[in-house]
Amino acid sequence: MRTGVFVCWCGLNIGGVVDVPRVVQEISGYPGVARAVDYRYMCSDPGQQLIKDTIREERLDSVVIAACSPGMHEATFQTVAESGGVNPYRCEIANIREQCSWPHQNEPGKATRKAVELIRAAVEKVRGDEALSALSIPVTRRALVIGAGIAGMQAALDIAEAGHEVVLVERLPHIGGHMAQLSETFPTLDCSQCILTPKTSEVGRHPRIRLVTNSEVESVSGYVGNFTVRIRRRATYVNWDLCTGCGLCTEKCPSKTPSAFERGLAKEPAVTIAFPQAVPHKPVIRAEACRHLTSGKCGVCEKACPVGAIDFEQQDLLLEEKVGAIVVATGYDLHPKAKVGEYGYGVYPDVIDGLEFERLNSASGPTQGEIRRPSDGKVPKEVVFIQCVGSRDQENGYPYCSKICCMYTAKHARLYKHKVPDGQPYVFYMDIRAGGKGYEEFVQEATDEGVLYLRGRVARVFQDGDRLVVFGVDTLSGKKVEIHADMVVLATAIVPASGAKELARTLKLATDRYGFFSEAHPKLRPVESLTRGIYIAGCAQAPKDIPDTVTQAGSAAAKVLALFSAERLSHSPTVAAVDEELCSGCGVCVEACAYDARTLDVRRRVAVVNDVLCEGCGTCAVACPNGATRQKNMARSQVLSMIDAVVG
Amino acid sequence: MGYSYFPGCTLRAKARGFESSALASARVLGIHLEELANWQCCGATFPLQVDNSFPLVSPARTLASARRMGERLVTLCSACYNVLKRTNHVMRTDADRRDKVNAFIEEDYRGDLEVVHFLEVLRDDLGFDALARSVKVPLSGLAAAPYYGCLLLRPADELAFDDPEAPHILEDFLSALGCRVVDHPYKIECCGSYVALEPGELASGPSRMVVESARARGARVIVTSCPLCQYNLDVSQQGAHGRNGAGVPVIYFTQLLAIALGLPEDVLGFEGHVISPGPLLRSIGAMGSEATA
Repeated sequence: MRTGVFVCWCGLNIGGVVDVPRVVQEISGYPGVARAVDYRYMCSDPGQQLIKDTIREERLDSVVIAACSPGMHEATFQTVAESGGVNPYRCEIANIREQCSWPHQNEPGKATRKAVELIRAAVEKVRGDEALSALSIPVTRRALVIGAGIAGMQAALDIAEAGHEVVLVERLPHIGGHMAQLSETFPTLDCSQCILTPKTSEVGRHPRIRLVTNSEVESVSGYVGNFTVRIRRRATYVNWDLCTGCGLCTEKCPSKTPSAFERGLAKEPAVTIAFPQAVPHKPVIRAEACRHLTSGKCGVCEKACPVGAIDFEQQDLLLEEKVGAIVVATGYDLHPKAKVGEYGYGVYPDVIDGLEFERLNSASGPTQGEIRRPSDGKVPKEVVFIQCVGSRDQENGYPYCSKICCMYTAKHARLYKHKVPDGQPYVFYMDIRAGGKGYEEFVQEATDEGVLYLRGRVARVFQDGDRLVVFGVDTLSGKKVEIHADMVVLATAIVPASGAKELARTLKLATDRYGFFSEAHPKLRPVESLTRGIYIAGCAQAPKDIPDTVTQAGSAAAKVLALFSAERLSHSPTVAAVDEELCSGCGVCVEACAYDARTLDVRRRVAVVNDVLCEGCGTCAVACPNGATRQKNMARSQVLSMIDAVVG
Repeated sequence: MGYSYFPGCTLRAKARGFESSALASARVLGIHLEELANWQCCGATFPLQVDNSFPLVSPARTLASARRMGERLVTLCSACYNVLKRTNHVMRTDADRRDKVNAFIEEDYRGDLEVVHFLEVLRDDLGFDALARSVKVPLSGLAAAPYYGCLLLRPADELAFDDPEAPHILEDFLSALGCRVVDHPYKIECCGSYVALEPGELASGPSRMVVESARARGARVIVTSCPLCQYNLDVSQQGAHGRNGAGVPVIYFTQLLAIALGLPEDVLGFEGHVISPGPLLRSIGAMGSEATA
């Protein structure tokens, strides 16, 4: 064996603690080491050239790089080794920075000794490494996008425009997400529907987008480039192929219940199209509200429909789709009402949340865009807006900032002032966070227009006659404030959409402690999940506004397109293998595998590894009771000689 | 339904009516309260000093002896409830202080007792529906304002009694008795606590706010479970604010309970109230014509 050892100083990161020349000297004489050299920055171009030159000069067959974590530069050095003529899987990293110089800064002597030991272990490991070649896998150039709000629609459109098919799954009967509920958008005050409907119609008619609404993803199997997805399309009880969207059924339906789209501020028939611009423009029957489906009576819609599209017998449909990549864009919900008892939300009808205010303000909403309060339809003359309800609340809510509330509250207060010029809006705030293009100016204009900002919290909201009494504090003047208001609007925290937890389990994706999907790296890989081939966009990842959501969705689409641009995908060959002579077919490894990469061949009574699903974690090798499972390039003999090299 | 029962000092002094009405009601409702033998001070104010375990000694001793009698200990007074339940929480969760206190009182008490308030017994074990069925003298239409004060509700994570911002157990209780519940914004605000022992505006201010907030919304009686709250709210109406006869009587929830159950008036113990509840209760026919207070 001819191994080259390359010790990096990493400037002072390693060289300031570890005595690098001494390390080089000690390792030079170690069995199998043909040459040991050091360099200030091994990852730099000259450093890489040094490795290549040394491989050639010394005719090396393996290399050990003593530097930073393999998470940082393993791929870099594997490529360098390969271009120098050494198999990339015979390149090992000894991590003498994160696992040595950084934690042992105050003990340079011991750190130096440890560096030598770590390098010796790496030399022992590389001695047993096989020359491997990357596994090659095909890629299905079709994407699944889960959630058809602005994030999902944008990602779907970008992928479809680039020439690939997209399956866009939406839980609700229509697409558009929360943005379809908004009246105007900050900081330009343009109508939300006006900028949204071009997108929804484009999605609806795009030849490469397969829209599957009223549906949920039930299971996902497979791996990057080769996912199989099962989707349940819930019965709509209306045959959409026959339906012309004329709306006669919705006019005739006698059962009226609160509308979820109008957030309970208006009622809708049991057979309904949620809003005029809905895409697809087809009704669904809400089973729980339908008299025919709950009691067998009625059936008025069936008689009214001129084309016979009502189908009370319709069943759920299970669809199976093959896709190569998945974008998760499941959006958000608002902090539940019941948790803010002190503001009487859910008890007093005139205490509403931000989305309810959007509906009151919307031309197609329950009040045709006039600001009228829910209890008696009066135009409120004093309105109190409370920010950070549930957000930035360590004790009773969530410690994070919901990010968009400062802006939409300023927007609400301004829209209110525009519609009720003699009305007085008050805003209770903690800080104004208006980072964004044109945002600070937008808030400034709110104060110019007469919105009164009070810095402080509200302790209690109380119904007194037909008014709401707001007890608060203005911390700038240090005074208690009592406002008698006609309506109170709460900027409630953004929380992950209901069902996001279950979806995370289905997709085996990590979430943070609040249930938002975790990105692979908060700065450098913000749209990728930790599972290859699955990407995240929009509020599913964290609270964000429309511009950020659209940006992230486009970025997720770009990642999908990059994946689809490869002929074939490669997968690391350092996976587990089974010695069939030793395997007894007990199945312990199948249970142990977290990636579903193992199956039992019942006929031959041996375990089988699906190389592409295997992440090389080694759990199976540990679980196997008779040593039949071997982790490639991490064989038992390698591990034992590594230990010897450290403690020996 | 059997429980061990801790009365506490106030119920044997200024708040006798609280206890006599509660015990009589419990008997009628089939709730058996067995008084702890040799009970002592509840601890009075839950020790605010986190590094001093000495004030936990007395309540811990009470808890340990109650544990020998059963699994649940009932209290009436909000202050006793607060101190005993919080001490129990320490004994359950803080191994260091538990060991220290146990060593001193020569016990091995591990917090495995449940401290419950009599209101919780009525709600969870008897049930407010069953309570409503037991009512003999419906208090129909009596405008009653619940007043919680602080001790029943906070700190919420230790007491876990009710929603600390929007509690409703007293409301539900009053509804079961047939009262018309008067909601008011000061029902969980401070009564003035021990500051009330000092003369002057600082002391009577908070109490008067509470009384006014209830009176302004039509309350004819204020209902509480805390002797200190009862005292403060009642006394704040003395003198300039007394308007005897026009004042709002402040009574214990058990006194209203006993009336609704049709119990004899001698268990009510309305003696010593600044604003006597007698005239009001007689005017609505909830009490007989001979004065008891």
